[in-house]
Amino acid sequence: MSNAMLKVKGLKIGATVYPPGEKPHDIEIVHGVDFEVEKGKVLGLIGESGAGKSTIGLAAMAYGRGGVELTGGEVWVNDREILHTTRNDLRSLRGGEVTYVSQSAAASFNPARQIMEQVTEAAIRHGKFSKADAEARGVELFRKLGLPDPENIGKRYPHQVSGGQLQRCMTALALCPEPDLVVFDEPTTALDVTTQIDVLMAIKEAIRDTGVAALYITHDLAVVAQVSDDIMVLKMGEMVEYGSVDQIINSPKEDYTKALVSVRSIDHEEKVSSDEAVLKVENVTARYKGTKFDVLKDINVELHAGQTLAVVGESGSGKSTLARVITGLLPQKDGNVHFAGRDLKPVMKTRPKEDLRELQMIYQMADTAMNPRQTVGTIIGRPLEFYFGLRGAEKQKRIQELLDEIELGEGFQDRYPAELSGGQKQRVCIARALAAKPKLIICDEVTSALDPLVADGILKLLLDLQKREDVAYLFITHDLATVRAIADSIAVMYQGEVVRYGPKSQVLSPPFDDYTDLLLSSVPEMKLGWLEEVIANRKMESGGN
Amino acid sequence: MHPIIKLVAQRLSLGILLLFAASAMIFGLTEALPGDAAQAVLGQAATPESLANLREEMGLNEPAVSRYFDWLGGIMTGDLGTSIVNRLDIAESVGKRLGNTLFLAFWAAVVSVPLAIFLGLLAVRYRDRWPDKLISAITLTTISIPEFLIGYVLVYFLAVKLGFGTALAMVNDSMSLWQKLNAITLPVLVLTLVVLAHMMRMTRAAILNVMQSAYIETAELKGLSTFNVIAKHAFPNAVSPIVNVVMLNLAYLVVGVVVVEVVFVYPGMGQFLVDAVTKRDVPVVLACGIIFAAIYIGLNMLADIISILANPRLRHPK
Repeated sequence: MSNAMLKVKGLKIGATVYPPGEKPHDIEIVHGVDFEVEKGKVLGLIGESGAGKSTIGLAAMAYGRGGVELTGGEVWVNDREILHTTRNDLRSLRGGEVTYVSQSAAASFNPARQIMEQVTEAAIRHGKFSKADAEARGVELFRKLGLPDPENIGKRYPHQVSGGQLQRCMTALALCPEPDLVVFDEPTTALDVTTQIDVLMAIKEAIRDTGVAALYITHDLAVVAQVSDDIMVLKMGEMVEYGSVDQIINSPKEDYTKALVSVRSIDHEEKVSSDEAVLKVENVTARYKGTKFDVLKDINVELHAGQTLAVVGESGSGKSTLARVITGLLPQKDGNVHFAGRDLKPVMKTRPKEDLRELQMIYQMADTAMNPRQTVGTIIGRPLEFYFGLRGAEKQKRIQELLDEIELGEGFQDRYPAELSGGQKQRVCIARALAAKPKLIICDEVTSALDPLVADGILKLLLDLQKREDVAYLFITHDLATVRAIADSIAVMYQGEVVRYGPKSQVLSPPFDDYTDLLLSSVPEMKLGWLEEVIANRKMESGGN
Repeated sequence: MHPIIKLVAQRLSLGILLLFAASAMIFGLTEALPGDAAQAVLGQAATPESLANLREEMGLNEPAVSRYFDWLGGIMTGDLGTSIVNRLDIAESVGKRLGNTLFLAFWAAVVSVPLAIFLGLLAVRYRDRWPDKLISAITLTTISIPEFLIGYVLVYFLAVKLGFGTALAMVNDSMSLWQKLNAITLPVLVLTLVVLAHMMRMTRAAILNVMQSAYIETAELKGLSTFNVIAKHAFPNAVSPIVNVVMLNLAYLVVGVVVVEVVFVYPGMGQFLVDAVTKRDVPVVLACGIIFAAIYIGLNMLADIISILANPRLRHPK
């Protein structure tokens, strides 16, 4: 008998799908997967969205989310088969032997109840600890996970702590009942890079100290390399490669794994700024109605025709607010926005049509930025009618040209958004923006919701289009790898201020200010032991001061 | 100041403002009716002289605005005026009737609210299975049948055929609580059947909405039983919409029971109001109107305040 605590054999998972205009039918989303996790080991499950990694993770608790059904194979936990067991047996397994850490702690904590109550609930219900012991253990875990004021933080409600803290509370929730296995489902994906690194370290130490086995699910290979012993690469519900971290990162065998390892390798030479600025933001200060502090403080940036200015910062740094001011959705309190040699009026409704046409936007969620009841042709055709008055054959011809530009062939005109993949949807949004022949496109986190390989394709397309159409991009992102790939100049924002600004080469080379240094060093690298290295460096620096 | 106190104070002052607006509207509408109190008292046979005299006597020649403020001032000091039909003090005769109506509404609420919420929880627990469908079918049937019909059907089958409860719900002060409860069994039953569906459907919908949340999945993955998940994790987050619909129905139990009171000849506000309207007893109509408005606004304000108190983000600010 092997000492594997989780054994999965030939696991098959199905779901019912409801495609538009067709009858609902069953499909298979995981086609027979085998793996084992030994006590105290961490297995990383990696793949793009739709690879079935979360579904497989939840199968370790015999749980199917939504309409998902576990259709075949075996799952053994502690030498007990769990797919064909009783409901009572499942209840003692879930929250007792196997626990779960979800991607969004903010959504996974009950807003109506105190944190401690939720952290200790499973341990008490499964009779593992008395209430007092469970709470003592909760405080101990809060301390271990580096939460501030561990004695009292449990008395707070979920909305009273930050996102990073809540994610650590979620880890405490999972570890409290002393489980044998924890399923971590993208536990750091929703966090800022600077927060991610601390949570990652806290999770890693907690796993080591408690000797628990773990499944670690993520789409970010650099992250999983820091915490796992083994990695399984998944694609479309099938295993692609399975090996030790060292082997997967340093000598991947399969092409797909190689592509994942080498993603984000776009080489982009920064352009020299020569001609007149297309966008000039001067001393802009802004605040939201009814609030008392400025969300933007004295912002000064410039963007030249045909170039890209990346605005980078954490959530809450004011980068999206800057876009709102430029587009006229939030009139500034002070300062000016010059665009193409003229002053932009602060309120969008008062701007002439020409200003609206030359300044376009692409959003993070392509899904919600398109009318689901319009075809791709209608969506792209609308700005052609609105701005240029094109009709009939002329309009059709131009729509086809735009579709060719975004590398979607014929036949896409009559499709609905629901029939497109995430990357294709974003491409349609790009075509819609291009249709207006703008001088500037504001791209707000346009690749954040996409898988790395798909995001790479979008970035390449944007660079190509820039070359051909001479359009400028104001590129808002929190992702520094994206910045490296696309920017000519960079503005780093922190708490409503631009803390560092200049050409890319200059911004990304030392000497750094403290914040930029923290930001840059927090981006996970595809390298074993990177996490320990960074933490050690930081401890040394703070010890030296 | 705690933000919750501010919010509650805002709701309260808004409620009072609304009540003033309602009083003006009620007064204005009775003013707009053709004829006046003097005409009503003297009837068709009145001579112009006697009309003029009576108007003078009743102060009807004063401008409407000053009569409104006189009336409003009276209400604030507890004086609802006197009936023009029997010359009795309205506050006294309304007081007894209102007590009876509240008594009936209270017992109907005691039965129907917990039952509706329990049935709602049960419907969620067995969602789309036969208990859910059965509960929906029965409650929807009872809400669809006019209440007077339910009333007469129950009287015929329960009171007449089976001897359960009494067909006439007469209550008076000399009865013991037990006798009174026995007398109002059938009206309570009818009212319960009428308001049950609305509250139960809303409970079901509000909890099902919450059941989509990620924290419900967290609770399920803790191995909690389904009923625990619903009662401990879903229900606290569904309080606000449920309270709103419960309060609407409570208001209905007080102000909308006219038909049921008539069917069971129950001496409540409803009958009183109907009598006053047929006799064109304007001061009584005004008094009943303002009491109904106060109860309606008060209950809805209470619903708002409970919703505010139920929101952890407001109760425990950052």
